[in-house]
Amino acid sequence: MEYQFKTSRELLDLGSRHGASVAEITIRAEVESSGVSREEILRRMDEYYVHMKQSVQRGLGITERSRSGLSGGDSKKVLEHSEGTNVSALGSVFERCIAYALAVLETNAAFGRIVATPTAGSAGICPACLLTWQEQRGADDRATALGLFTAAGLGRIIGYGACFSGAQGGCQAEVGSASSMAAAAICELDGGTPAQTVNAAALALQNTLGLICDPIGGYVEAPCMMRNGLFGLHAFGAAAVSLSGVSSIVPYDEVVGALREVGRHMPRMYKETSEGGLATTPTGLKFRPGKLPPVSPKL
Amino acid sequence: MGLSVFEIIGPVMTGPSSSHTAGACRIGWAARQVLGEAPRRVEIGLHGSFAATGEGHGTKEALAAGLLGFAPDDERLPQALEVAAAAGVALAFRDVDLGPEVHPNSAELVMEGATRWEKVTASSTGGGAVLLTSIDGHDVHLTGRLDTLLLWHNDTPGFLARITALLACVEINVASIRTSRTERGEGALTAIEIDSHLPLPLLALLDHVPSVQRHAVLPILPGY
Repeated sequence: MEYQFKTSRELLDLGSRHGASVAEITIRAEVESSGVSREEILRRMDEYYVHMKQSVQRGLGITERSRSGLSGGDSKKVLEHSEGTNVSALGSVFERCIAYALAVLETNAAFGRIVATPTAGSAGICPACLLTWQEQRGADDRATALGLFTAAGLGRIIGYGACFSGAQGGCQAEVGSASSMAAAAICELDGGTPAQTVNAAALALQNTLGLICDPIGGYVEAPCMMRNGLFGLHAFGAAAVSLSGVSSIVPYDEVVGALREVGRHMPRMYKETSEGGLATTPTGLKFRPGKLPPVSPKL
Repeated sequence: MGLSVFEIIGPVMTGPSSSHTAGACRIGWAARQVLGEAPRRVEIGLHGSFAATGEGHGTKEALAAGLLGFAPDDERLPQALEVAAAAGVALAFRDVDLGPEVHPNSAELVMEGATRWEKVTASSTGGGAVLLTSIDGHDVHLTGRLDTLLLWHNDTPGFLARITALLACVEINVASIRTSRTERGEGALTAIEIDSHLPLPLLALLDHVPSVQRHAVLPILPGY
């Protein structure tokens, strides 16, 4: 086995030895370990990207609140605001990226089809970032979907070194992982070197350390949805900083080690049990299953 | 075996939770394969977080969908309980405590088909990944990332040699093999994870291997 890697050090070694990008090394590793052809793997990822875009489109069309009343119609509002006159000083793209990530989580809450990237609760970040990137750069689907291999390559290192489950590692393991994967994808799509790509992921991941998983009512909606919306922007920020040549003080592998350590020591009440954080605030408690308000709250 | 990109990006799934929905669906799907026929009656014990927060995540619907043979990306998943009822599949859910050592997202399924019954215990370990931990009271450790040949048999000398010889004849590589038995000479279950698909004639041949009572194939889980 020539292309297998478990750390970013191994990934970067492979990249420099073969003069290949993170996406390319990740594709070769997949071909090697699965025995499936390169073309089939690329085709499958293209298909996943199409599913991602469909989950964005579906979510943007949702106008009703979800069964729990915690989400629904929010992505549409943000998208409409991005097209209005009172748009953010950072521009409409900034707001559109938020809307796309919210949309995926709204589709998810409506029992619609999404792609867990790496989990359902963090499924909005990579699609939002890639779709925003694609629209801004005018790239085709295949070129954009290559970013998903970059994302998977960095995710793989988290998979080996830590975990993706909120129940085991808190939200940092879900949204944190997704944001670092998206940062790497954007960085590499924008021409970043493998070192810059890994560095973008390190910058993003370290800012999410300690993030707890405290779903209100136990639903994958709040604060999950807004964390997806805002941590997508965070990925763009990390990619830009990395491309400017600024390095993370702590390298990626060590940040992943810190993710594991923080996850291990995080109290159980903050790991998807809905026994702490926002879930047990006076407002959060109102949404516990069996205690749902009779009428969905109006915003 | 390396972590696949499609375990990190994926599965394509019906929301809202990779562990409580997609993983639960895969558990039901795998259990149906282990039973080897359509289930008629299933008693499902929900353990830990499956019991506590399963309601809002469609865990029951997802388990039912899997038992009906729906994959996690099947958009009929939210209606699976109605589909099961219409198809005459009786499903009964209850909360169980399988003990503190058992993963918080776990289920125990007792299934009855037309000709047999089977009990499967499994956990949803995160991101849609699952682990089958017990079949028919035998300990197993199956992730469903590879095709798995399941053999119910009497614990007799030379059994594994016969089976592995058959697999060797058709050049099937064995990734893992585990036999679990209750007592010496009593009933045993052997689970063999393999790197390629079993040719159908080989499955037919297994019926003629002495001491094999039954066999089933747990195919690679949908989305892998």
